Amino acid sequence: MELLRVKDLCLGYENEIVVKDLNFTIACGDYFCIVGENGSGKSTLVKTLLGLEKQISGEIELLNGLKRNEIGYLPQKTEVNSDFPSSVYEIVLSGFVGSMGFRPFYTKKEKEKAMETMELLGIEDLKDKSYMKLSGGQQQRVLLARALVSSKKLLIVDEPVTGLDVNATFEMYGLIRHLNHNLGVTIVMISHDKVAVDEYANHVLTLGKEVSFR
Amino acid sequence: MMSELSLYFSYPFVRYAFICGVLISMCAALLGVTLVLRRYSFMGDGLSHVAFGALAVSAVLSVTNDLLIVIPVTMITAILLLGLTEKKKIKGDSALAMMSVSAVAVGYILLNVFSTSANISGDVCSSLFGSTSILTLTKQDAVFAFVMTVVVGVLFVLIYNKVFTITFDRNFSKATGVNVGLANLILSVIISIVVVMSMRLVGALLTSAVIIFPALCSMRLFSSFRNVTISSVVIGMISSAFGIVLSILLSTPVGATIVVVDLLIYIAVTVIKK
Repeated sequence: MELLRVKDLCLGYENEIVVKDLNFTIACGDYFCIVGENGSGKSTLVKTLLGLEKQISGEIELLNGLKRNEIGYLPQKTEVNSDFPSSVYEIVLSGFVGSMGFRPFYTKKEKEKAMETMELLGIEDLKDKSYMKLSGGQQQRVLLARALVSSKKLLIVDEPVTGLDVNATFEMYGLIRHLNHNLGVTIVMISHDKVAVDEYANHVLTLGKEVSFR
Repeated sequence: MMSELSLYFSYPFVRYAFICGVLISMCAALLGVTLVLRRYSFMGDGLSHVAFGALAVSAVLSVTNDLLIVIPVTMITAILLLGLTEKKKIKGDSALAMMSVSAVAVGYILLNVFSTSANISGDVCSSLFGSTSILTLTKQDAVFAFVMTVVVGVLFVLIYNKVFTITFDRNFSKATGVNVGLANLILSVIISIVVVMSMRLVGALLTSAVIIFPALCSMRLFSSFRNVTISSVVIGMISSAFGIVLSILLSTPVGATIVVVDLLIYIAVTVIKK
């Protein structure tokens, strides 16, 4: 079952085309990796898929009932102010906000789901901790939980292991693999890590001078 | 001292003024958290300067209810500021600095050239530093402050979760379908109401102090967004209550006294937390 189809997509800034005539589809259950050198347009592609930036031309079709706000997003290590007061629980819950419309508060069900997601990722003990005081690996898990809360269908993760140590990297890949393999979450991952891509991905899109898709 | 205080508080207009001063500070403190976190600490400052310009225009035009000019002008400026920064057409801080100094300059020229008032420097002084005495706040001001506090409070509670999500991570919010534009619009409206209200209390120059001080204190004390917000409101309430009482007892200017109390609380919190 296909979730997303990209047709003749051209991306770029102002007058400079970065990616030309891109064609691919993402199906349910895929572990889809996007690789390429810096400046090859990986992040631009992801931001366009998320609707944060506009394409120059071409189409992105969401299929089989997938909605825009059903795409979860784990941004590349976000530069959050180091003094931002926020508990882990508050951040995880904020994943729901996009689908709440005009409703101002979280429902009981949403709060339960947030707790379940935190348990799934092994961060339930950190619930009331300050996000800023967590380690890099823990922070990434919190953001992964927030992304999962916003969608269990399709998850876009942008270089999820940047800045993590060996152990945290290993755990992060393990979690994403678990979500994909055991819970059927479709993963789209930008990565620099050739080893990880070879090990986990079932489709690889390479951007750059040579665009390839396998 | 107590008898002096109770004498003052036996006048209904002192009570009104006290209540509305405390309410205004609470509103200002409520907004402070998100403004500080968005690196917009100076928004209150800039907007109040724009409001000063608008106030000057309405004085020159001899409009009876100057709020009819001041509130819309401030609101439009706030909306433009949040909107322009969103589109990255112009850097937020420089846009703000430009607008605020221009508004003050033009406002001051207008007042000097056209004003019919006998006491221009007195007028200017009170718009910049707030009323010298709390007793000049009228009952009408108190009613207005009360209604606006309710409006600001309700609106803020309604968009609270969206404000948190957007302030924490704008890109994630947009990607997952949060209506960032609408939330920012409502926020701008609230900010401008609060700025205009606190300008009457503490004056244009001190407005940003009542907005940011309680938030900065609370951020040193608590680590969750909710607790910081609540504590901010409480600190705003305490500092203005103390400030107003002190200003009555010592016959000092209200606005400046409130800000000094805020400063003292900040120093105390910093020392304790060290």
